[in-house]
Amino acid sequence: MRAAGSGAILANPAGMPGERRAVRLKVEQASYAYAATDRSAPKFTLGPASFGAEQREIVTILGPNASGKSTMLRLLAGLIKPLSGRIEVDGTEVCELELRTRAQRIALVQQESELLFPLRVWEYVLQGRYPYGRRLRFESEEDCLLAGNALAQVGADALRDRWMDHLSGGEKQRVILARALAQQPSLLLLDEPTQHLDIGGKVELLRRLRKLADGNRYTVIVVTHELNLAAEFSDRIVLLHKGKCLRVGTAAEVYEQGLLEEVFEAPLDVEMRTSGRPRVILREGN
Amino acid sequence: MRPLTPRRILGICGLLMGVLFVAVVLALRMGAYPIGVTDIVKTLFHGAIGRWDEIPSEYRLVVFGLRLPRIALGILVGASLSVAGAGFQALLRNPLADPYVLGVSSGAALGAIISLAVVPHVPGAIQAAAFAGAALTITAVYLLGRRGGQLDSATLLLAGIVTASFLSAVIMFLMTTLTGRDLRGMAFWLMGDLASPPPTTNVLGWFGFLFFVFVVAAGAIYTTSSDLNLILTGEQEARHLGVNVNRVKLVVYVGASILTGLAVSVSGAIGYVGLLVPHVMRMLFGTDYRLLIPASVIGGAIAIVVADTLARTVVAPTELPVGAMTALAGAPVFIYLMRRRVR
Repeated sequence: MRAAGSGAILANPAGMPGERRAVRLKVEQASYAYAATDRSAPKFTLGPASFGAEQREIVTILGPNASGKSTMLRLLAGLIKPLSGRIEVDGTEVCELELRTRAQRIALVQQESELLFPLRVWEYVLQGRYPYGRRLRFESEEDCLLAGNALAQVGADALRDRWMDHLSGGEKQRVILARALAQQPSLLLLDEPTQHLDIGGKVELLRRLRKLADGNRYTVIVVTHELNLAAEFSDRIVLLHKGKCLRVGTAAEVYEQGLLEEVFEAPLDVEMRTSGRPRVILREGN
Repeated sequence: MRPLTPRRILGICGLLMGVLFVAVVLALRMGAYPIGVTDIVKTLFHGAIGRWDEIPSEYRLVVFGLRLPRIALGILVGASLSVAGAGFQALLRNPLADPYVLGVSSGAALGAIISLAVVPHVPGAIQAAAFAGAALTITAVYLLGRRGGQLDSATLLLAGIVTASFLSAVIMFLMTTLTGRDLRGMAFWLMGDLASPPPTTNVLGWFGFLFFVFVVAAGAIYTTSSDLNLILTGEQEARHLGVNVNRVKLVVYVGASILTGLAVSVSGAIGYVGLLVPHVMRMLFGTDYRLLIPASVIGGAIAIVVADTLARTVVAPTELPVGAMTALAGAPVFIYLMRRRVR
C-alpha cells in the first residue's frame, strides 16, 4: 500500500484534469488543552477545530503568536493526542499509528536543533530513511538513491558532502526539507519555515513547496504568521486566534479587513488583486 | 554518499584488536620479572591451544597468574567505562558527559562501600550495590540538571560535580567511621586501581561472570545505536522520525548504569576514560554510534591497558593508581573540549 508513496519521490506527472482529489487529512472538532498539572484549570485551550486537506493542496495555519498554531501542528503530527475529536490521515487516526508507520506518512520540518557533533549533509538526509529500516538499519542502495533524489528535489545536490554546521540558513532549510522528503510522506508539515530566510529565500521555498505539492501529490501544511506569503501560495487558510479556529477557506474568503485587524491587533488594509488573491498592507496614519 | 556498512565496522574493529593485542603483549612484558616478547607470544599461543606442559612454570605464574588477570580486568573496566560514557553522552545530549564527571562513579563507589560494610562476603553483592548507586546518582543528577523542564548542559555538569563531591564526602565519612579496614587500600581503590585480587579462587568463573554482565549491558546499548544517532540530532526530531525515545533512554540509562557499577565495583572510580575514548574514536572514525560503540569497547580496553602499564612502570617499584594516570590525560582534554564548546 506504500506503492503510491514510493513513487511520490520521483517526479509524478500531474494528474488527469478533473480527477477527483483524495482527501488526505481530515480534522474533525479536534481540541486540546494545556495545564500546569493534571488537576489545575487549563492554561491554554485549542479548538474545537475542523478542516480538511486534499492531495496537492497547500494549507496554511495562520495566526499571531500564541494563537495555538504550534499546538495544532503537534496535533497533526501525532505528537499529542487530541482531547476530543479526530484527526485522520489517509483514513487512519493519527495518534493510533505506530511510531514508524506514522513517520512513513507524516514528515515534520522544524527549525533544526543544535547538532552535538558534526554531521555531513548526506548523513543528515539519510536519517529520513530511518522509518523504513530494520534493527541496526544499515542503509541500502535504495535508501541512498532516495536520499539523493530528495536532495536533488530541493536543489541541494551540490551540498551533499558539506558539513551541516557550515551551511547558510537557506541551505540548511533546504537540507532539512530534503530529509523530510526522504521519509516519502504523504503529509508534509512545516513549522514557521520562512522564519530565518530573506524575502528571496521565502519566495523560493514556497515556490518549491508548490512544485512538490503539484508534482508529487504531497499535502503540505504550513504554519506561519506571514499574511502575504500565505495569501500568495495557499489553497486554503485556517485562521487561529487565541486558541479558536475563526475561519477556514481560501485567502479571499478569510482575509476580511475587520477580522484580520482584530486577530493581528494592527491597522491593516486588505486589497483584492486581479489574480483573486488578496494583499494585506499596513494602513498609514494613527 | 558512503553509508556505514557492517564490513567497515568489522575492518576497523579488526584493526583496533590488532592494536589491543600489541598493547597487551607490551603490558605483559613490563614488570619486575623480565620476559621477552617472543616468549610472551609463545606462552600466549600455547596457553590458547591448551598445551600447558610446554610453558615454563615461572612464565605460567607470571603471565597467567599475575599479569594477565590484571590486564583482563583492565580490558573489562576500560570497555565498560567507554561504552557508559558514549551512552551518557547521547542520553544527556552532552559531549562532556562521563561516568566520573557526572558523579555516577562516586555513586557506584558509595554503593560498593556500603555493601562491603553490610554484606561483606556475598558474591555479586558489590556489583549489584554499585549498579544501584550508579542508577540512583544519574537519576539525581538528571533531575538536578534540568532548568525549566529542559536539560541544561552547564547546569547538568555542575550538578554532576556537586553530586560527586557530596558523595565523596559521604564516602570519607564512612571510611573514617568504619574501623578495622585498610584505609590506604581503600583510598587507592577510590582513585581507581586494578591491583585488587579477585574475591574468589575461581578466577575463570569470576571473569566469566563479569564479562557476561558486560556483554549483556553493552549489547543492549548497541541495539539502540541507530536510534541514538537520531537522538543526537535532536530528541523531538528523533520522535518525529519514529524513534521510541523513552524506551531507548531507559535501555541506555540502565545499561550505562550497570556498566559503570561493574567497572567501579572491581576497580574503583577511574575517571575520564568514558570521556576521552569516545572522543578519540569520534575524531578517528566519525560519530555514527553503530561504529562508535564497538570502537569504544576496544579503544577503552587499549586505553586502560596502556594507562595501567604506565602506572605500574613510571615510578617502579612503586605503583600509581591507574585513575591518576587517566586523570592526568583526561582532565586537560575535558578542559579543551569545554573551551571549544564555549567558543
